[in-house]
Amino acid sequence: MQTTPQLFQKRLKKLGPTWRYLAFRLGYSLLGIGLFILLWVAVGYALFARPGYEQFSGFLPVPTLEAFWGLLFESRFWMSVWASIRRVMIGITIAFIIGLPFGLLIGFYQKLQLLTYTPVQFLRMISPLSWMPVALLVFHSFESAIYFLITMATVWPIILNTAHGVSQVNPHWVNMARNQGAQDYQLLTRIVVPASIPYILTSLRLALGVAWIVLVPAEFLGISSGLGYIINDARDTMEYDRLGAIIIAIGFVGFVLDGSIELIQRMFSWNVA
Amino acid sequence: MTIQMEKVCKRFPQPAGKELSVLEEVDLSIGEGEFVIILGESGCGKSTLLNLMAGLLPLSEGEIRVNGRRINQPHPSRAMIFQQPSLLPWLNVEENIVFGCKLRGEHDDLTVRTAQLIEIMGLSGFEKVKPHELSLGMAQRVCLARAMIGHPQILLLDEPFASLDTITRSHLQEELIEFWMVEKFTAVFVTHDIDEAILMGTRVVLLGGRPRGILKTYEVNLNFPRDIASRGFFLLRSAILKKLRESFDGYQRR
Repeated sequence: MQTTPQLFQKRLKKLGPTWRYLAFRLGYSLLGIGLFILLWVAVGYALFARPGYEQFSGFLPVPTLEAFWGLLFESRFWMSVWASIRRVMIGITIAFIIGLPFGLLIGFYQKLQLLTYTPVQFLRMISPLSWMPVALLVFHSFESAIYFLITMATVWPIILNTAHGVSQVNPHWVNMARNQGAQDYQLLTRIVVPASIPYILTSLRLALGVAWIVLVPAEFLGISSGLGYIINDARDTMEYDRLGAIIIAIGFVGFVLDGSIELIQRMFSWNVA
Repeated sequence: MTIQMEKVCKRFPQPAGKELSVLEEVDLSIGEGEFVIILGESGCGKSTLLNLMAGLLPLSEGEIRVNGRRINQPHPSRAMIFQQPSLLPWLNVEENIVFGCKLRGEHDDLTVRTAQLIEIMGLSGFEKVKPHELSLGMAQRVCLARAMIGHPQILLLDEPFASLDTITRSHLQEELIEFWMVEKFTAVFVTHDIDEAILMGTRVVLLGGRPRGILKTYEVNLNFPRDIASRGFFLLRSAILKKLRESFDGYQRR
């Protein structure tokens, strides 16, 4: 009889050194992408090869990928990517500056948590886009209105996850630090904040996901740059291959941003033994 | 340092508005340089007693004086070691050891003292290792080093070796006794293991009964290092077991 760990060891041995394991993972990723494109072709032809829908044939993989290749050499596209990333960064930074201290305090003081629970859960459930009219009334520039929308979308996951992280701090660490003579503020700076870093990074990753989703409709507002703007533009000019290509680009940039936070998360994953 | 406990009571509030009494009227006096063992079955309030001495829990009644002064909060001169090694996972061994000193702003000779303690505790070569890579025994050594680096006058130990294997445990017991003989601190050691109690203590305080309190105190007049197979050891062990059984029968019949 072999125990489970032994079996696991055997399988690991079969895979050999790390690069072989990575190749194994990469292989499956590529297979996944292949299957995705296959599905795209199947659904695309089923929908757009019907009579009367020829105009939408730009959405099929070949024209879309051709247009995507074209996009890569277009400076207006790169300007838009940068504009979008910059808006997301600024929005999340504002949300982080507001949300982090709130999250820490809410997690630290139970009464504050009880006090804020209902309002936060209530505000969290409001679609960020429903703030759009308010944003346009309050802010004079469209740019600041977009920052506001992204902040409204991302501040909640940051507050809630940070607070959750604080409440998960091992009470033994707190007792140990008190026993070692820690003042209250030192409990916060030496125990609570470092212990919450993995949760804070998770909150940023969630925030990024939400921000990237809200960004595109937010960029339908009266501005003239950003991925949301150029996708709207492509629709108006009926360039469906370009539209498809921008959809791919939005997914791709989001994927890369998410991946980079995941990398940072791994560097701080001290709690994984 | 000496510890005096007078009529110490501890009750915990229960959800139904009642109170659960954990300790009733505990009087205990611990002298300078003693190695006192608090012995009792699980749930007899021995950890609570230790937490009260540490100042981590508030008293319900009575008072605890250290060197004649009433205490109500934790102080680094009363260092505590917990059953589970409470090391901070984001710091390495060295950083964990100096954690308390850095908190208190004690930077004098810190590097030298750290190096000494790492040497004494057998942690050489592990300075930069993160806690999750350590065995339980090594982790507990780091905790001991962290407690000792501030030269505490009182060391409070809450079943520190309970989750270790027998061999590691006996090593650490010997090391702790050697350490205590050199540093001459006052030690209060909580355990549910009779052998461990007689091996290490200069005095064994038996905790139990209903309501929880001190059943009996035994002086241990055996020389270190103690021999678990000696006659004196055996007699004391039998006496303590007998007392424990009596008290158990006593409240079972009721």
